[in-house]
Amino acid sequence: MNFRLRVWRQENRETEGRLVEYEARDISPDTSFLEMLDIVNDELTERGELPIAFDSDCREGICGTCSLTINGEAHGPRHPGAACQVYMRDFRDGETITIEPFRVGSFPLVRDLVVDRSALDRIVQAGGFISARAGSAPEANSILVPKHNADRAMEAAACIGCGACAAACPNASAMLFTSAKISHLAFLPQGDPERTTRVLRMVRRMDAEGFGNCTNIYECEAVCPAEISASLIAKLNREYARASWRERFGE
Amino acid sequence: MIGQLDAKIPPGPIDRKWANYKNNSRLVSPNNRRKFEIIVVGSGLAGGSAAATLGELGYNVKCFCYQDSPRRAHSIAAQGGINAAKNYQNDGDSVFRLFYDTIKGGDFRSREANVYRLAEESVNIIDQCVAQGVPFAREYSGYLANRSFGGAQVSRTFYARGQTGQQLLLGAYQALCRQIAAGKVEMFPQTEMLDVVLVDGHAKGIITRDLKTGAIRAYAGDAVVLATGGYGNVFFLSTNARGCNVTASYRAYKRGALFANPCFTQIHPTCIPVSGEHQSKLTLMSESLRNDGRVWVPKRAEDCAKRPNEISPPERDYYLERKYPSFGNLSPRDIASRAAKEVCDEGRGVGPGGRGVYLDFADAISRLGEQTIRERYGNLFDIYEKITAENAYKTPMRIYPAVHYTMGGLWVDYDLMSNVPGLHVIGEANFSDHGANRLGASALMQGLADGYFVLPYTLPNYLAGQIGKRPSVDHPEFARIESEVRARIERLLSTNGTRTITSFHRELGLLLWDKCGMARNAAGLREAIARIPQIREEFWRTVRVPGEDGSYNQSLERAGRVADFLEFAELMCIDALERDESCGAHFREEHQTGEGEAQRDDENFAFVSAWEYQGNGKIERPKLHREPLEFEAVHLSQRSYK
Repeated sequence: MNFRLRVWRQENRETEGRLVEYEARDISPDTSFLEMLDIVNDELTERGELPIAFDSDCREGICGTCSLTINGEAHGPRHPGAACQVYMRDFRDGETITIEPFRVGSFPLVRDLVVDRSALDRIVQAGGFISARAGSAPEANSILVPKHNADRAMEAAACIGCGACAAACPNASAMLFTSAKISHLAFLPQGDPERTTRVLRMVRRMDAEGFGNCTNIYECEAVCPAEISASLIAKLNREYARASWRERFGE
Repeated sequence: MIGQLDAKIPPGPIDRKWANYKNNSRLVSPNNRRKFEIIVVGSGLAGGSAAATLGELGYNVKCFCYQDSPRRAHSIAAQGGINAAKNYQNDGDSVFRLFYDTIKGGDFRSREANVYRLAEESVNIIDQCVAQGVPFAREYSGYLANRSFGGAQVSRTFYARGQTGQQLLLGAYQALCRQIAAGKVEMFPQTEMLDVVLVDGHAKGIITRDLKTGAIRAYAGDAVVLATGGYGNVFFLSTNARGCNVTASYRAYKRGALFANPCFTQIHPTCIPVSGEHQSKLTLMSESLRNDGRVWVPKRAEDCAKRPNEISPPERDYYLERKYPSFGNLSPRDIASRAAKEVCDEGRGVGPGGRGVYLDFADAISRLGEQTIRERYGNLFDIYEKITAENAYKTPMRIYPAVHYTMGGLWVDYDLMSNVPGLHVIGEANFSDHGANRLGASALMQGLADGYFVLPYTLPNYLAGQIGKRPSVDHPEFARIESEVRARIERLLSTNGTRTITSFHRELGLLLWDKCGMARNAAGLREAIARIPQIREEFWRTVRVPGEDGSYNQSLERAGRVADFLEFAELMCIDALERDESCGAHFREEHQTGEGEAQRDDENFAFVSAWEYQGNGKIERPKLHREPLEFEAVHLSQRSYK
């Protein structure tokens, strides 16, 4: 298969970026999208040009490193799945493919298709944890968790932290990401003692990082590789309202 | 000069050693802990849990990882589960049995005392992870669920769907985030360790490169902890993440740390087969699939081209069930992998190139229903479909072994400290617990045991004698090592040849897969040992590393890692040649039983091979040190899973 690529090239955040055209030739349909970029990069290297910088690591959809906007869609056409799980058989032979980074104000550009998503780490640092000191944990089966709750916690905890939700959102909101962590811990009895402070701190950190608000567009849910449900945003709002009430009026 | 290796195993019977150690080891008081700076390299299960726990205890920790966030370390990709001797199933499990299964699974090439401690700590890990909010699978009653895994006859594996590694890592990551917020851990993402600095023979710092800016910096600490994972990517194609590398371990080796059993590499039996030359990595399908999937190939080579549903049950060879009736499809990884290779070598492999076997769920689906199978393995079936465009509910999966894990690693004593004082090594990066073959669901167990419950007790034993001994980065040794690091980067960038980094890596990988993969022999290993220096020489003469140093340059990162693989591969082959026996994953074709199983030679090879770097500028043959393995609690026997 052959493709014409239009790739965002930008040396760093001080310089201007632009779309540059490249050819990808004789690509097997079983090649993954990132492997196609590897091939193009090796050709660029051989020609003495600078290869395209893009992020990836596990290449099986779990680490959340890859972060491409393909033809305007975060992670490309194959939902649910990360960009590393897109295969060239998902495209038409001869197609022109536009590849851009995740465009979110809170994700500053590093180079070409690579952005800095440390804002997401800072949201978790604000309170996305249960303070359980190693050594003080009780016997595991002394904490019973109904299967239904454990399953819902797992569904929320499946978030891979890629940031596609914010990239797809017209408001660049990180509500889906934040709601996934808050919900994961709120569905479990272990998360209960810190439930109020956690949601207040995480939401305030999210706002301070410059992410936008949710206006129920659901683009986040559509592109999420981990199939996190946008209903968790409603849960986040409930958790936040409850916590604000308690903060203002006491328990 | 390194004398006789001392593993510092505590006295007493096996089940009292760890308790004795804890009763007698040195402590650091809470007031003194804040005077120490600990450097932790790596943020996976081992590094993340260690950094978080040491921060909790009051030490000042600096944690480094090459990923853009500590949450992305490759532990995240582990699927199947984590073992623990909880005996919640009332099916006869115990600490001793988990210990015994691990020793036996490792084909009696691991150190008893370390493995027993691992089995003891396994139960605390589950408690800790549940307290942190790890959403393990549960029964309807609310109690924790278990499943069985390869190499064991009890159900002791805890799991979170097919994403156990992800959930355990996020637990450790969240504990780490808490310490970052508390100011006890300073996190350095996208920062790669390029060398370790020794002052007066002790590891007291590291040299790093900031991957975003190219800045080279020195950091001093009271101790250095390497938690930098395994070296499976030396084979180019493996199930490891693209960035996994041997650089930190190899740099430490070149500064005097011993490298133990480098030839012990695990080839995992259930991976998606290679589809073409474009491929950049291989994908694992969790071993847990073998609980319900049956492995088979056609009995006759002529049937291989047929569609699987056109081959009737009597025409199929369920070879694992046939050869190992008591463990069947749940035979240990090394045995299952070799059996797959064997049937493919006989021409009975399926799929493109004939390098594949079927993993068939038809029986399980008719017995349990598609819904149950979907609940158990849905995400794995989805992954399979994304990669192969085949629906495994309708047609059997095709699988083939692939490089997955490395049992070898830097040599450590019972304190998890290398022979270099102050240099501690935890998780997959050390050699200590899995011998010549690791059992499934044991890597997560080891990483977390080391980080949460072992290092926090053994590190103070070193630190207690080190108060006030941390050098400043102005010490001339830091400047010396830093200039060596810079010179190497300059050399990589200035070669300006014509060949891509990938082409060298692929060439090296194919050579190793062929000569030092699932089966090895003396002639092949000698060929590889002769060939690797030639590839290396060509690399330094003709590689092209585009771009510059002072910016984000992924080619430069990769070039440095491949350059280290090109040296390390030789060490692997030397070790494989020296170990003139078969054991676990190390299968020397010259040494097999009449039935084609690995034939150990306990009389001559019941030891750990620990290699000492001998080059001063150029690479000389490393020097071998032997740590004899003494077995008191178990009886050495021919491994049998029949």
